[in-house]
Amino acid sequence: MQRLLKILFFLLVVRPLVLIVLGLNIRNINKLPRKGPAVIAANHNSHLDTIVLMSLFPLSIIHKLRPVAAADYFLSNKWLAWFSLNVIGIIPLNRADHVKREQLFSDCHKALDNGDILILFPEGTRGEPEQYGKPKKGLYYLVEDRPDTLITPIVMHGLGRALPRGEALLVPFNCDVVVGDVLPIADDPEQFVEIVTNTFMQLRQQFITSCESD
Amino acid sequence: MLTALPTNSFRAMLGVVALLIVVTLILPILSKINHQKDYTELRQRITSWWWMIGMLFVFLSIGKNMAIAFFGFISFLALKEFVSIVPTRQADRNVVFWAYLSIPMQYYWVATGWYGMFIIFIPVYMFLFIPMRMVLKGETAGFIKSAGILHWSVMLTVFSVSHIAYLLVLPVKNALAGGVGLVLFLLFMTQFNDVSQYTWGKLFGKHKIIPKVSPKKTWEGFLGGLFTITLVAVFVAPLLTPLSRLEGFIAGIIISVSGFIGDVVISSVKRDLHIKDSGTLIPGHGGILDRIDSLMYTAPLFFHYVYYLHY
Repeated sequence: MQRLLKILFFLLVVRPLVLIVLGLNIRNINKLPRKGPAVIAANHNSHLDTIVLMSLFPLSIIHKLRPVAAADYFLSNKWLAWFSLNVIGIIPLNRADHVKREQLFSDCHKALDNGDILILFPEGTRGEPEQYGKPKKGLYYLVEDRPDTLITPIVMHGLGRALPRGEALLVPFNCDVVVGDVLPIADDPEQFVEIVTNTFMQLRQQFITSCESD
Repeated sequence: MLTALPTNSFRAMLGVVALLIVVTLILPILSKINHQKDYTELRQRITSWWWMIGMLFVFLSIGKNMAIAFFGFISFLALKEFVSIVPTRQADRNVVFWAYLSIPMQYYWVATGWYGMFIIFIPVYMFLFIPMRMVLKGETAGFIKSAGILHWSVMLTVFSVSHIAYLLVLPVKNALAGGVGLVLFLLFMTQFNDVSQYTWGKLFGKHKIIPKVSPKKTWEGFLGGLFTITLVAVFVAPLLTPLSRLEGFIAGIIISVSGFIGDVVISSVKRDLHIKDSGTLIPGHGGILDRIDSLMYTAPLFFHYVYYLHY
């Protein structure tokens, strides 16, 4: 039932929205992982990021996609919580400081064990439109002991112009989506941050759209 | 449905489909003779032609208003692509939203045949409205540039393109062709001009016209295209339009020359932005602007030429 709901939502709402209202310039779609366990690491600028990333995958594996999202925001009210958990299928992440790392990641590990594909935003929260933040180390610790789980980087551009933070009006703009090669395995968190930063910067060269802040 | 199409227009469509079938059949033979060469892009190009021509013919066949809506949708895609590749400001979002709203309005004037409004709505009313809406937003840094970019984009992608649709509502002067005939003539000649200039240039091209903008554009390609198009126009114009042979000859010159200009104008835009294609919407072709660049120049010029002579 949940799977059907997810498929219908993506088929009838997300796809038309993404293909007609937005329009994507997709580069290297063949580099997307076809099965889990795997992790997608993307930059974060807009509420649309998650559903755009999910729309890149075939409907047949859409139930395997699990965006990792902040519990304090997405579970804040009843309706949003129901939608996030049942239609999108998020893994809520408790961002409070006192939580231990193993406990924090336990749902993520469970999903990866189950062969799911996680969607994460290593830069953390949505920043200002089309600005880039410094990647955080959390993702390094998540995959540290999981040699089976590779990370595919994706950068997006233009979604922060179509629907920036705090705006309700969606204005159609084409958006770039560039998929990169799987990231090499890092030895320590600092190196990981460096790899992610450099990869994102490199992939940005392939953008077609431009914003004033570039 | 199809029987509602005037005879000559229907035959012209069949002719185009036949041409496309020939090209599609030649491709596998070409790649057999020359298997070192990679024909992927050419194959994508032809597949995309089938889609574009298929959609165009379906919408032209199912009725005038559907065809007008179809061109409105093309305006939408083109405007979206344009405002996405040029550096718009975050503060311009609301203005861009209004620019989109101008599309249904402009095509409504077309559908109702309100010529006066159709011809001034964007050059006058939108021209005055866009800066006013920007003032209400209050962001003055980059104001001049943004106002220019936004009005230019609406002029090219909405005003120019809507001229194709207005050909459909002009009174019928050539009963065997109808309004559809004018549209087919304009679209076919414009696209065929692109192909001819490309082919002539590829075969005989030596002397560059504007190396700074388009290093591949040559005098040989340009003149070869001009020759081909005027020749074809002389024979096709009396069948699909109210134009005589001589008038068709001049229409051929207008389309060939202005098609070239439209092409290099959009090339300059892309060069300025350091991009090769304006998008990835049409496999093998690039974005929609890459496909309709010449049309944005030929459509209004051909329209007003015909309008001046016969309406």
